[in-house]
Amino acid sequence: MAQLAWLVPLFPLLGFVIIGLANRNLSKSVTTLIGSGSILASFVVSLLLFFEKVSQPTPTTVHLFDWITAGNFSAKFSFLIDPLSTIFLLVITGVGFLIHLYSSGYMHEDDGFRRFFAYLNLFVFFMLLLVMGDNFVVMFVGWEGVGLCSYLLIGYWFENTDYNNAAKKAFIMNRIGDLAFLIGIFLIYQHLGGIDFNTAFNITNLANLAKGNPSAITAITLCLFIGATGKSAQVPLFTWLPDAMAGPTPVSALIHAATMVTAGIYMIARSNALFSLAPLTQDIILYVGLGTALLTASIGLFQNDIKKVLAYSTVSQLGLMFAALGVGAYSAGVFHVVTHAFFKALLFLGAGSVIHGMGGEQDIRKMGGLRQSMPITFWTFVIGTVAISGIPPFAGFFSKDQILAEILAHKGIGITAVAMIVSLMTCFYMFRLLFLTFFGNFRGTQEQKHHLHESPLSMTIPLMVLAFLSTVGGFIGFPHGIGHEMGIHHWLDGFLAQSVVITPNHFTAGQEWTLIGVAVGLLAGIIFWAMKTYVTDGKIPVKDSEMEGLQKVIYDKYYVDETYNRLITKPLNQISSGISNFIETKIIDGGVNGIGHFTKWLSSGIRTIQTGNVDLYFFAMTISAMLILIIKLFDK
Amino acid sequence: MITVLLIFFPLVAAILLLAVQGETSKRIAFGLSLAELAIWFYTYIAFKTNPIDASLSLKKAWIGSIGASFAVSTDGISLMMTFLTALLVPFIILSSFKGKYSNVFYALILLMQTALMGVFTATDGLLFYIFWELALIPIWFICLIWGGEHRGMITFKFFVYTMAGSLIMLLGLLYLYFQTNGSMGRSFAWAELVQAGKALSETEQGYIFWALFLAFAIKMPIFPFHTWQPDTYVVAPTPGTMLLSGIMLKMGTYGLLRWLMPLVPAGVAMWGKTAMILSIIGIIYASCIAIVQKDFKRLIAYSSIAHVGLIAAGILSWNVEGISGAMMQMIAHGINVVGLFFIAEIIFNRTNTRQIAELGGLRQVAPQLALLFLIILLGSVALPLTNGFVGEFLLLNGIFKYNIGFAAVAGLTVILGAVYMLRSYQSVMLGDTNPRTENVLDLDLNEKIILIGLSILIIGMGVYPKPFMEISQPAIKTLLETVKN
Repeated sequence: MAQLAWLVPLFPLLGFVIIGLANRNLSKSVTTLIGSGSILASFVVSLLLFFEKVSQPTPTTVHLFDWITAGNFSAKFSFLIDPLSTIFLLVITGVGFLIHLYSSGYMHEDDGFRRFFAYLNLFVFFMLLLVMGDNFVVMFVGWEGVGLCSYLLIGYWFENTDYNNAAKKAFIMNRIGDLAFLIGIFLIYQHLGGIDFNTAFNITNLANLAKGNPSAITAITLCLFIGATGKSAQVPLFTWLPDAMAGPTPVSALIHAATMVTAGIYMIARSNALFSLAPLTQDIILYVGLGTALLTASIGLFQNDIKKVLAYSTVSQLGLMFAALGVGAYSAGVFHVVTHAFFKALLFLGAGSVIHGMGGEQDIRKMGGLRQSMPITFWTFVIGTVAISGIPPFAGFFSKDQILAEILAHKGIGITAVAMIVSLMTCFYMFRLLFLTFFGNFRGTQEQKHHLHESPLSMTIPLMVLAFLSTVGGFIGFPHGIGHEMGIHHWLDGFLAQSVVITPNHFTAGQEWTLIGVAVGLLAGIIFWAMKTYVTDGKIPVKDSEMEGLQKVIYDKYYVDETYNRLITKPLNQISSGISNFIETKIIDGGVNGIGHFTKWLSSGIRTIQTGNVDLYFFAMTISAMLILIIKLFDK
Repeated sequence: MITVLLIFFPLVAAILLLAVQGETSKRIAFGLSLAELAIWFYTYIAFKTNPIDASLSLKKAWIGSIGASFAVSTDGISLMMTFLTALLVPFIILSSFKGKYSNVFYALILLMQTALMGVFTATDGLLFYIFWELALIPIWFICLIWGGEHRGMITFKFFVYTMAGSLIMLLGLLYLYFQTNGSMGRSFAWAELVQAGKALSETEQGYIFWALFLAFAIKMPIFPFHTWQPDTYVVAPTPGTMLLSGIMLKMGTYGLLRWLMPLVPAGVAMWGKTAMILSIIGIIYASCIAIVQKDFKRLIAYSSIAHVGLIAAGILSWNVEGISGAMMQMIAHGINVVGLFFIAEIIFNRTNTRQIAELGGLRQVAPQLALLFLIILLGSVALPLTNGFVGEFLLLNGIFKYNIGFAAVAGLTVILGAVYMLRSYQSVMLGDTNPRTENVLDLDLNEKIILIGLSILIIGMGVYPKPFMEISQPAIKTLLETVKN
């Protein structure tokens, strides 16, 4: 079965080609059928692969063809099917299918319906390559490919200049990370002799390098991590993701929440053999992850655009995943990728449903009281909110609990407290969002109120499925301590053991219960506070113009964009203009033309001597002869 | 013999073409260039069957008294270069707009093809030089007769600049020639020149390095010898620009690979690093200018300087990865730059402006143009699974092997390339239309054929580069070993 793994990316590729080529000749329903059907087909194959790996976890390599070969360098187009990749395959195709289905409803009135599905299929194709490649170069193909699709989909409404700018920004920021990734690949080739995972993660190779040249491993892992900060929107390359919300909402759900932005987590988990040997890099990952989580969670507290809140929340959750990787808890990081894909996709799609119902409105200050008119959206959104906040027994609880426990075990209470604060902030801004959107009185226009409606089934079915997954999805990673007592196995750790290092479990059931108790108590307090503020007291966030002080600084995202603009974009433009207008035209071309003018001047000078006056020639000759004689005399 | 056919068939074709008048000349020229492409395929098959097949090379005494012979040969590297030439000329002819050009124009293109084929296959120094100079003449006429504003002054500068480089190269070759001392006396044969070069002192090799490098650097061009290029590219008629950028500049990179690196290894050891630094400065320098460039055609010209700088740096790194990357990128750059200039021509033809700021919204009125432009753009910014990626990846890998810092700086092209290409794509194609662009027509059949053909090449070579990589691998190995021994 594993040998048929190439079918998984083939279906979306075919979908893309068929929809792309046929374009105007396809009806919308046929487009939906092909677009969503291709992903469903991939999902079915992924499921089969997954079950095969459950019973037989040894990795399988599927070789397709030799791709780039030069001297000793060889990058083959091959796939690696192992527990780690199958988990990602399931998430990508499973959540991907639901989002495709949802899009058929959400985008129904859009003129570019087919183009949208073509791009979406292409995205899934590249995303699958990214997680299936058996070497860093194929991973890089997927890596840049999803970047392209992200660019195309953020700027999907291409008449709008702001959207185009957001798309361009995303692509360029990603490319900064990609350069580091490339250099990381070159380093791996140089120091480990090959870029396929088998060679690069070979234990003897790595042990030799760790002994002989440990800084090389640090350099490799740092380069890879910088690559990851681009794709997964971490400090300092995170500012493109909130802007990326310019794309249609299903895109935000699929690309900018559930799948593409987790590519960095996948890459590091995949390379765990390398990262485990680089303690310095691991620490950097931990602190960058936590720092990003804290920074962006705080921004999320004050945002009033429903999608912006979710965007900052995504960056923040990704930060937590990186923090897990930073303490070597790869399995916990991947676990959170999975649960996060469920509830964040759910929340984004829910937000999309709200925006759809509100006729395009995204400002939560102009919503309120939507729970009566959009009951399915409301209830599923509640489940998503509860899940992301980490309330047991919903999905987010298990994965977040495991991350906190791992950080606590490795780095002590101080660092864990930071992660805890992030969790509490998450809980606050999510409930703030929930209350402001669905509770209280409706604050929109009369016309909006008149049009308010629940979304069609094509949109609500995905919501319900995702809500179900957000509810029970966490049980695949039941906590070790308690599970041991109850006889429930931490299934995911066991499954991933073939692919990543599993950190031993440190906690007894008692400690585990304490951790849970503290977390739940604090969360309850936060929810209560949010409820009092936004429901009981009915407070509405102030208008943009009335913001002041710290609130304004945070609302304006700490002016990070402005700083980048001043430090990088503007100087680059100024330097470029300087080069173009001065160095190029005046100095270099000026110099070249100068030589030309000099030659001309010299020859016209010489020409004046050529007078044709024989007396003058004779005179010059005599003088010259005399001079030579005199010099000869003095020479002796 | 096949190689000789490959060189002189276009010459015969050019002469035939002089007898044809009017509109049909384009069609006939196109047919003849296709025949040349067929001859190339025949060469390729012969090479595949037996890479050292006798029919691939020819050596005939020519000017016996000075030891110059008519010696041409096709090895893997030459085969890639002749492929580029044979492949692009039909595209270039087909892309010339109706009614603008006469039969002489097409004859000159074919004459040019003869010279290029000669440059890429000559194994005799004097013959190489003669073909090298011959290539300058048709393109000069093309620019002078069919060029745009200020063409007189600009082509004069172009001519003098490149001519100066060539003369210095001739001096270098002559110096080497006078050191040869084979069994048959002095000789211009490549192998003899290689032996003579090796025997020279470091300082002498250093001088010859610069004599040859200068000629190649001007041709490509490499910073700071590039200032003839943007003006010339802009003023030349677009088919001329395509010839210059798609094929002719590869004379410089090919020269570097075949006629510089193996000839003076000690000179390379001494000055290679300096040359590489110039190439890499050029990448960043030209990219920066492209970022603020207002004229679309000029922007492509500068992007070409950036790309060619990377190719040169890869060759100078002198390892399998770098050279293989250079071979791939020479083909890829040729295809992509011809595509980009054609796009520029299409847009100019419809809107009468090359100013990026005056365009916009073309995506709305010409979606096919937008899509095909995007594919070519992706090849140009080296997105994986396009032809640009294979070359750029290997080039950077080769440069990395040579010096990590160089690779990091050269690698900025990955970012800067995206900056200037996306910026121009956005202002030309996206956003809202304006009075200038709102009535633009989408592609006609002829344009579609060209751009789809190029796009297929871009993706095909990116997905399955193996057949191309295989052609040059053994020749690269041989070349590297020649220098080692």
